[in-house]
Amino acid sequence: MLIGAIIAGIVFGLYYTLVGLGLNLVFGVMRIVNLAHGDFLMLGGIAAWWLFSSFGLHPLWSAVLVIVVFVLAGLPIYYLVVPRLLRSRDSEMLSLILFFGVSQMIEAVTTIGLGATERSLPPRLLGVGPMILFGTRLPKAWIFSAAASAIAVLLVYLYLYRTRLGTLTRAVMVSRDEALATGIDVNFVSAVAFGISIALAGVAGVFAPFILGSITPNMGVAINITAFAVIVVGTLGNPLGTLLGGIIYGVSLMLMQTYLSSWANLLPNLLLIAVLLVRPEGLLGRTVRRA
Amino acid sequence: MPDTAAEARRRLIRRVVLDTSIAAAVVIFMGVVRGFYSNELMLFNFVVFLALAQGLNIIYGFTGYLPFGYVGFYGAGAYGFSLVVMHLHVPALLGMAAAAGAALVLAVILLPLLRLSGAYFAIASMAAAQAVYEVVANPDLEDITKGPYGVSLSDVFAPAFSYYVALAILAFALLLVVWLRNSRFGMSLQAIRDDSVSAAMAGVSVVRGRTIAWLLSALVAGLVGGVFAWHISVFYPDTAFDLSVSIFATVFLLFGGATTLSGPLLGVFILYGIYNVIGIAVPQYFQFTYGALIVLLVLFLPNGLVSLLTRRGIRVP
Repeated sequence: MLIGAIIAGIVFGLYYTLVGLGLNLVFGVMRIVNLAHGDFLMLGGIAAWWLFSSFGLHPLWSAVLVIVVFVLAGLPIYYLVVPRLLRSRDSEMLSLILFFGVSQMIEAVTTIGLGATERSLPPRLLGVGPMILFGTRLPKAWIFSAAASAIAVLLVYLYLYRTRLGTLTRAVMVSRDEALATGIDVNFVSAVAFGISIALAGVAGVFAPFILGSITPNMGVAINITAFAVIVVGTLGNPLGTLLGGIIYGVSLMLMQTYLSSWANLLPNLLLIAVLLVRPEGLLGRTVRRA
Repeated sequence: MPDTAAEARRRLIRRVVLDTSIAAAVVIFMGVVRGFYSNELMLFNFVVFLALAQGLNIIYGFTGYLPFGYVGFYGAGAYGFSLVVMHLHVPALLGMAAAAGAALVLAVILLPLLRLSGAYFAIASMAAAQAVYEVVANPDLEDITKGPYGVSLSDVFAPAFSYYVALAILAFALLLVVWLRNSRFGMSLQAIRDDSVSAAMAGVSVVRGRTIAWLLSALVAGLVGGVFAWHISVFYPDTAFDLSVSIFATVFLLFGGATTLSGPLLGVFILYGIYNVIGIAVPQYFQFTYGALIVLLVLFLPNGLVSLLTRRGIRVP
């Protein structure tokens, strides 16, 4: 039972890495918190549901489509909102409020358009029956979603460390001002990072029906707390730390659900507070706390 | 040359009189209007948000900490009140003391959060409020808190009396802000907010100042939560810990303008007024307008409505 919980935890952890990764990328590059991250995830899920129920499109194709559409949608959203926000006095703080507004708008539009009902996709789409992994029986849909998450994380890694634009992105992460001074088009680099970020949320949304069970228009807030817990445990602004945070989160969630199931919902909150108080820079980070 | 010390003193007194009369006018208005308008629940909610916005003003306006989980104190107050009334059958006013106590205890437990700054603090306080909610609403604790099934306090139900208690709490919150705006302590808090290192160098006790502001702010929310439980008398943990309570209070505060007395009042009267006109009937349209308003506000008027005047050098009470 312990081994089973740990294996399932790692599988879930890979998925939670995907959930948090986009949020962390935006924080790392722009030092703002996208509180609408969970709502972009929800939109990805709605898109997958709509594409399947209207056109019978397989979720894997939906995922590809969602990536393209969300990256393209992210660019105008960035240019519309973020540069102005970054000029303000306390952009980190104000970003929380601003993106809360964005999240309210998304939630309202989705509810007006589709109603507040739960939506899900049949798990058989990602393979029938369980798969045995190290002696633990897990639904194939879980394994599939975790594998897709792992691929997405790998692609982000390759983007950041093996492409020119990725190198520029990391330069902006280190110092926005110095990057600007060396002639990097900071706004374009950030806009692409923003697009990638919401595309990652969208892909996580496509697989959300299989891992989380269903999609509802108001799921965003809970997802945000989870995503924030994952990236704070990992280290804010360090995309690779997210993998560590995701796996720690997934494993501890599964252990809680196995041994103390009625208290499992407490976990993201307590984990978040504990890490912030004991080690606010995250497990991999350098000191960030001031006065 | 006029005597500058006496001049300054007269100016201070004028300000205090002006601020206090605004506070008194609001409280009297909310008391009088109850005689003319039959929808008492709506008026009560106005009082609740007027007080919460000022309570949040104490911590955000004067120290710069923005607790997204401010509702945690409100819920703690509501449950502090409910638990002693349900289990010990004490009179309601004693229950209010328990509400204040519960919020203060939670505030003391959460004091270490003040070591965090900016977004970290905001999110951590939100997580803390969620954690308290998960404990209170846990089905395993049904014998104590009634878990997710909600509490019913019909024994102490007293809509008229509790409305006036809520008014008294509103008056308390308003006077706290008047005091902070015109006192040495309030000035030192603003100094800490603007530059904590310089303030500490000038001999201001940073930790003490922040702690007092945090406790006062929590106290206001706890009292409001207690009187909410008393007035409503049947509620669920989802209502008492509804995150939109903090969000509403935050938006009202920012819309009007923090650190002022009249800003949060304007925010509540305007925005909550609009909410009551269109929000109840079609909540989604309101939610959309509201979200759009927040986005525009942050982008174009980050210091609130009153900054239209303060920007031109006009002092706003």
